[in-house]
Amino acid sequence: MYKYDSFDETFVAERSRQFRGQVARRLSGELSEEQFRPLRLMNGVYLQLHAYMLRIAIPYGLLSSTQLRRLAHIARRYDRGYGHITTRQNIQFNWPRLADIPDILDALAEVEMHAVQTSGNCIRNVTADPFAGVAPDEIEDPRVWSEIIRQWSTLHPEFSFLPRKFKIAVTGAPRDRAAIALHDIGLRLRRGADGEIGFEVLVGGGQGRTPMLAKTIRDYVPARDLLSYLEAILHVYNQFGRRDNKYKARIKILVHEIGIDKMRDDVEAAWADMRRDELELAPTIVERIRAHFAPPAYLSDLPHTTPEIELQAKSNEAFAGWLRHNVHDHKQPGYAAVTVSLKPTGGIPGDITAEQMEAVADLADRYGFGELRATHEQNLVFADIPRRDLHDLWRALVAQGLATPNAGLITDIIACPGLDYCALANARSIPLAQQLSDRFADLKRQEDIGDLKIKISGCINACGHHHVGHIGILGVDKKGQELYQITLGGSADENASIGEIVGPGVAPDKVPDAVETIVGVYLARRNAGESFLDAYRRLGAAPFKEALYDRD
Amino acid sequence: MTAKIATANRLLDGAVVYLGPDGDWSEAIGGARVARDADQAAELEAQGREALAARHVVEPYLIDVALSDDGRPVPIGWRETIRANGPTVLNQTGPSAAQGGGHV
Amino acid sequence: MTVIRNGRVVPDSWRPARGGPAAEKAGHVYVTPDQWAADPDGWRAHPGPIGLRLASDQPPAMLADDLGRFDLILLEFPAFTDGRAYSYARQLRERHGYAGELRAVGDVLRDQLLFMFRCGIDSFEVDLGGNAAAEAWAEAAAEISVWYQSMPADRRPPLARPGARRAGGRG
Repeated sequence: MYKYDSFDETFVAERSRQFRGQVARRLSGELSEEQFRPLRLMNGVYLQLHAYMLRIAIPYGLLSSTQLRRLAHIARRYDRGYGHITTRQNIQFNWPRLADIPDILDALAEVEMHAVQTSGNCIRNVTADPFAGVAPDEIEDPRVWSEIIRQWSTLHPEFSFLPRKFKIAVTGAPRDRAAIALHDIGLRLRRGADGEIGFEVLVGGGQGRTPMLAKTIRDYVPARDLLSYLEAILHVYNQFGRRDNKYKARIKILVHEIGIDKMRDDVEAAWADMRRDELELAPTIVERIRAHFAPPAYLSDLPHTTPEIELQAKSNEAFAGWLRHNVHDHKQPGYAAVTVSLKPTGGIPGDITAEQMEAVADLADRYGFGELRATHEQNLVFADIPRRDLHDLWRALVAQGLATPNAGLITDIIACPGLDYCALANARSIPLAQQLSDRFADLKRQEDIGDLKIKISGCINACGHHHVGHIGILGVDKKGQELYQITLGGSADENASIGEIVGPGVAPDKVPDAVETIVGVYLARRNAGESFLDAYRRLGAAPFKEALYDRD
Repeated sequence: MTAKIATANRLLDGAVVYLGPDGDWSEAIGGARVARDADQAAELEAQGREALAARHVVEPYLIDVALSDDGRPVPIGWRETIRANGPTVLNQTGPSAAQGGGHV
Repeated sequence: MTVIRNGRVVPDSWRPARGGPAAEKAGHVYVTPDQWAADPDGWRAHPGPIGLRLASDQPPAMLADDLGRFDLILLEFPAFTDGRAYSYARQLRERHGYAGELRAVGDVLRDQLLFMFRCGIDSFEVDLGGNAAAEAWAEAAAEISVWYQSMPADRRPPLARPGARRAGGRG
């Protein structure tokens, strides 16, 4: 992973010191709350329902065991002993004191971490495929480019007061595990006609009030022009994105209003006028960054399985289930990528305790070259586990409640913090996730249902990504009561789609039944081997609507 | 007019606080000063602005409350109930819960 | 209001033009694009010095051919959250090669001074007294010494590390 040099260390130290000064000036009254708010947001400090919330950046989800231990320390010392993995591969703490945050930032800087630009109207954390570097279908490691973009976008003086937040995602494989179509800029690594690495560039995706899929602005941008092209897009957005209405200020609205063709013309014109040579990514620059992501010292000739593992798999259904769902193919023979589930039955999706963090850090050191990833589906991934160690790893994860064998299944739910934590929310999402998790806990049943992504948002801001859930659930407030709107058929992958609303909102205690009904229709009408999403796309909404509403 | 109280978040630590009769802001909603008419409500707002200017709180605002039998304010609606009592999904919740704040 | 340039308080003899070029013979006045448009040839013929004041929805390209005419260009930041003029500043320096004084006016706060400077703005009108203004600049300028982006002044390739050493094995 990327290792800081003295330049990076100086930056985070200065940035932390700068924020300490800003906090002091806020407490002394030199800065009003209005003046302070954008400054604290640019350091990831929100004011939520109960307390401040600190969102710490995990660049493209990649963490070292040392960093995870430091996060555990922060959870214990400055918070209430747990953190929350977000849908943008970051981690949030829900109870820090403003007065302590400068100390927290210093503690983070010591392990090459920060909270820069995890909020505010600036370029946010660049997210990527959690299986970057190890996925067998990968064309090119997206982490290299995510890191390049991260550095370019860090405290960019021109782009720190954008009309609104700006999110970039990168996929390095044809299968999109980074949801690029739902980002302000989505980047798909590909090869050009000359075989050289470059990017398909998409613009104007996003969820929230007006979900939209990103559109291709350029089929192919050679790698050396990546930064200048991104800069041209941001340059146009900064000038022409709407600033009159917070809900119409994302780049997706600009693209929608002027059209992708005009957007392309404007960006190309801006790009033509730029001093592109100053932003050109010469191969030496790329190689310097790429060197940080060299594969670890894999052992060769490791076995795909062992007699012990085979035996355990036969005799222990829990282990066998975990092997089936949470263990994934790897480029390197004898290795696997492993999902560490943060979705225990009846648990809070994405939450992890300090004790669990430390256990995971130890396991990363013991089995996984000291690294792990946070995923935008609110789980963790060990990317490089020798397959011969899978049973030992599993037992250790079981002891920590991190071995739920549900990756990609119906109880692998994404949920935003919702009204239990978030000042923007209209309804709670976590209790619903817990109830659904309990309702569908039986593994055999989950396996029969197969791939089914439930995503829950507590308000229209859609931080739970409900628009792209196979089953999406949106919490609304109707006359002081919580109500849930259900959407079907959303998807965040390379065939992205926005879910369709199936009917009027459903009361909280009726939602698990509604999901049962939906699942029931699917099971009754699917073709052999057909996933929920494929069945929905084939059948349309009608049979589901009928089952849900006509019966009443 | 529905009864109202003033609430805010404490600047230093973000804790939810309520304006009491003596002008102090505390985490216990039960002791909050209740406004029963427009003048009293205006007074609460003025104190909120003062506390903001004095850098004691951020984002002060008024909320509607119901009154219990002994006249103590009770939050209305999920949002303010959760602010008063903490998340519904943790065993450890806000300080008010320790005082038996009727948490769901 | 105080104007800071090159780290120091500087006297400000500029004012908005109240009349046309003939009425403002003495110069040291700045015009809006509307005022310019009322008599472009007249202003072009003005012996100077003259300046231009751009609102946050007025990109410099509006007067692309005449930018070199101005000794001073003022960029408005009506609210410090309105970041359009950062882009205008870079356009002026990089695309149009503008070499005169580029001044930020409006809601110009200490915490944005360094961003403005990195975009090519070299003077700032701040709502502070003289000493306080100079101090604000000095403190702001000292806060961040390393920048990931190269700006016109730097002339270095992207992600370059002037003077960087490998860190000791952390993380």
